[in-house]
Amino acid sequence: MAHFMYIATVFLMVAGLYIVMARGNLIKKLIGLSILQTSVYLLYIAPGKLLGGTAPILAPQYTVYSNPLPHVLILTAIVVGVATLALGLAITVRIREAYGTIEEDEIIAIEIELLKKADKLS
Amino acid sequence: MVLAVLVIARTRNLFSVIVLTGVYSFLMATVLVALDAVDVAMTEAAVGAGVSTVLLLGALHLCKAEEAKPAHRPWIPLALSMATALLLIYGSLGLPEFSDPDAPIHQHVTPRYLKNEIEVPNVVTAVLASFRSYDTLGETTVVFTAGAGIIALLRRRKTPKNERDKHAE
Repeated sequence: MAHFMYIATVFLMVAGLYIVMARGNLIKKLIGLSILQTSVYLLYIAPGKLLGGTAPILAPQYTVYSNPLPHVLILTAIVVGVATLALGLAITVRIREAYGTIEEDEIIAIEIELLKKADKLS
Repeated sequence: MVLAVLVIARTRNLFSVIVLTGVYSFLMATVLVALDAVDVAMTEAAVGAGVSTVLLLGALHLCKAEEAKPAHRPWIPLALSMATALLLIYGSLGLPEFSDPDAPIHQHVTPRYLKNEIEVPNVVTAVLASFRSYDTLGETTVVFTAGAGIIALLRRRKTPKNERDKHAE
């Protein structure tokens, strides 16, 4: 059990990283990015847990609480994560309007075509 | 959760990927409840599983729902990911044991937060709004900037035709 939590976190992190690197579809890349982000939530929250502790809401019958500080930091991270996801999706929609595709390979091919055309003209 | 992530990585129908992402978010919220982070779990269920899914579906509505087949085998990303994983696991061996009350995270500022100085029983709220309110101010700045960026990107331009024709030539 000792380091199981860390290993699970590392697996999720690396899976997100792999999706971002290996997949050409821009929406899929953004999903990979958010998986990587959720692994960071685990990385922060897991060390704050105390076995036998309770959620950090003060009450006279409890004395052991889990650490509230990582919870606060991750609350901020979740909201910021959604904001960046929305911005990324907006950029994706714009790219789709400009190129007609959201596949990375096809976008690069179109760019190369455009560069060749520009070379011929000049 | 691991299974959901593996299926997300392999499936090419983007609609099922997005629904699975919602499932994954709910599973993550459950794990967070088990780790005593109730506020975070609530936010994750509402924002991660709710708002993100709606945003992704909205974007999917404007794009194609099927992902293209990858052109080449993904060996280099796979090898890089494995190397990163090994490095991270090696690094995690140096971290304190799970649920160790003497770990530095429980010794530094947390005892003061738990003393109920400002008389708000929910410590997470107290830290968010009082001890670390500048962080929250920064967060709202980031959200505002992102919102402004989205509006700037998605607003209909006044002379879109001429601009786009110029680029097409």
